[in-house]
Amino acid sequence: MSLPGLTPRKFKIQAQAALADPVLRGALGRARSGFVDKRARAVAAVPEFEALRDEARDLKRHALARLDSLLERYEAEVTAAGGHVHWAETAEDACRLIVDLCARAGARKIAKGKSMAGEEVALNAALEGAGFEVIETDLGEYIIQLADEPPSHIIAPAVHKTREQIAHLFRQHHADLDEDLTEIPDLVNEARRVLRQQFLSADVGITGANLLIADTGSHVLVTNEGNGDLSSTCPRVHIVIAGIEKVVPDFAAAATVLRVLARSATGQAITSYTSVFSGPRRADDLDGPEAFHVVLLDNGRSDMLGSEFREMLRCIRCGACLNHCPVYTAVGGHAYGAVYPGPMGSVLTPLQWGLREAGDLPNACTLNGRCATVCPVRIPLPDLLRRLRSRAHRDALDGARNRRLLAAWVWLARRPGWYRRLSGLGVRVLRWLGRGKGRVSRLPLAAGWTGGRDLPLPEGRTFFEQYRKGRRA
Amino acid sequence: MPAAPTKPLVALFVTCLVDAYRPSVGFASLRLLERVGVRTRVPRAQTCCGQPAFNNGDDDGARAIARQVIEAFRDVDRVVVPSGSCGGMLKLHYPELFDGDPLWAPRARAFAAKVVELGAFLLEQGLEVDAEYRGVAAYHDSCSSLRELGVREQPRQLLAGVRGLEVRDLTDAEVCCGFGGTFCVKYGDISTRLVSDKAADVLATGADTLLAGDLGCLLNIAGRLQRQGSEVRVFHYAELLAGLDPEQPAIGEPSP
Repeated sequence: MSLPGLTPRKFKIQAQAALADPVLRGALGRARSGFVDKRARAVAAVPEFEALRDEARDLKRHALARLDSLLERYEAEVTAAGGHVHWAETAEDACRLIVDLCARAGARKIAKGKSMAGEEVALNAALEGAGFEVIETDLGEYIIQLADEPPSHIIAPAVHKTREQIAHLFRQHHADLDEDLTEIPDLVNEARRVLRQQFLSADVGITGANLLIADTGSHVLVTNEGNGDLSSTCPRVHIVIAGIEKVVPDFAAAATVLRVLARSATGQAITSYTSVFSGPRRADDLDGPEAFHVVLLDNGRSDMLGSEFREMLRCIRCGACLNHCPVYTAVGGHAYGAVYPGPMGSVLTPLQWGLREAGDLPNACTLNGRCATVCPVRIPLPDLLRRLRSRAHRDALDGARNRRLLAAWVWLARRPGWYRRLSGLGVRVLRWLGRGKGRVSRLPLAAGWTGGRDLPLPEGRTFFEQYRKGRRA
Repeated sequence: MPAAPTKPLVALFVTCLVDAYRPSVGFASLRLLERVGVRTRVPRAQTCCGQPAFNNGDDDGARAIARQVIEAFRDVDRVVVPSGSCGGMLKLHYPELFDGDPLWAPRARAFAAKVVELGAFLLEQGLEVDAEYRGVAAYHDSCSSLRELGVREQPRQLLAGVRGLEVRDLTDAEVCCGFGGTFCVKYGDISTRLVSDKAADVLATGADTLLAGDLGCLLNIAGRLQRQGSEVRVFHYAELLAGLDPEQPAIGEPSP
């Protein structure tokens, strides 16, 4: 899904706007230190965490290797429990299926738990377009729904918002609230008060799923607000939307994923709510929906499975790569112009939308590699980003000027004699431009560098020029 | 009769940035290698490790450069690199580039096995540091040193032997300085934000000197510090270890 007014094509411009926003910088700064420090403490408390990452990687790898049979088993178990499984090949298919299900249920109001798959297919727009009233029940999602903005983080959708902005939004939208609340607990209570009514009056609840369990047809949902549970159990109809890569064989595998998920995401040993759902309400259940549907989303995942990007399907959407990415924490999520921002998004978005649309994203990375060192399922994100750059180069999508410069440079680097002559000349020119100073603050064709920093100049003749003349130490 | 053990033959991979910007680092490296008693060589057929091609998607270009480097360094025992970034390229990415190539994959692996970052090699060879520097230095770990080569303690251990020097760590030591090769010019604004944060971190340590083992980071952070009017002096750690000439200008300072 493309974000309103934002596009990956304009990453650079959107990033510049974000960098110039002091309020955003404040919000991102607090979020960065919060996530990073909390994760570090949670990980330090588990001596075997690195081994757990290996285990999580291996079990996801194994599940992907037999994805077809796991999904069939999952479908059979859901059906046996009285639920229905629907297969959505594209985002449009998923939206159409869910709109139909809601229409058939005679729904008017829909309570939604937070779902990145839902964001990916632009579910809210489809539902609202079909005339349904949609209420996001995750606090962060609720805030950005009021603000009419897309999420900027995959687990903390409103991370770019300050407390003051949220207080203002609540006052604008809550008719019976006549003051700006200043304390976080008051803000949370206010949201709870308003949302409680919505759970009870919604006809359909739509949630995502963190894991699908093949051998029982269950799914696991983790939240810190309990809104997922209320969205699942209060309304008459419960619809789950989940990517096909979420399936694992059994609860043992799920437990391993959960152990790395919460620690990587929020630095918690376990989230406040870790809930398991299996089918619709049974005869002797006290609560639960009358009807239960699962929409399994492909949307490019099968193609990824058969490609050199298969490893990306291990992603469990924890957000650790975002929190540890210097670019994400500098510009925030909206600059990426796509639902999935940061390192994981810069891999996923070009694969789902094409490099022509999102080819700039894989370049917006310093390849510093910190994301890969925190990924709970050890996805080699920098390698995947580099592979996307290779594809863009192969398909000549990397810009004529860049290609000419690169080709000229490679030609030169392969001819040491020419290279020496030209680098020697370049050094002389730079030093002449510096006129005896050790650096320049402006240089033609190097505005990208000198916009924010001086360029230190070469100290003298090149190493090889001096070496050739006999200098040895 | 057993042959007398010969000293290992060590080749210096100068790196393109040291060649052009900071030859002192190359000559300091040679002095340090002499001091641990190895035979040194500087193969002429080297230019760059190929990262600009590799990181910009030109795998064929990167392979062509890699073959040239592997050939040029064929007959030596070790390949020493005064850079974590180039070291990571030679040691990790060359073998990846030739994955599945029956002729070049084994050559790339054999070559990679010989590659070692300068500080790691000097420590392994038991360098006895004999140098003096009066100052307090903040040490910046380059991302490649830290995460690709596992080089963190080695330069610090060596620097502990420099008389008069105190080394301090940065608060956000694991965060990138924003250099990122061509990233710093392609995304100048983002890069500037990152290096501004890094410069602030350096200043917060109260250090009067900044040291690192990668010239890319050093040029980047020095450029930012100097734009802000900071007096912090910036050097590659090898320059201090080899014994700094009092006349030697720091990175970005005027030189004769």
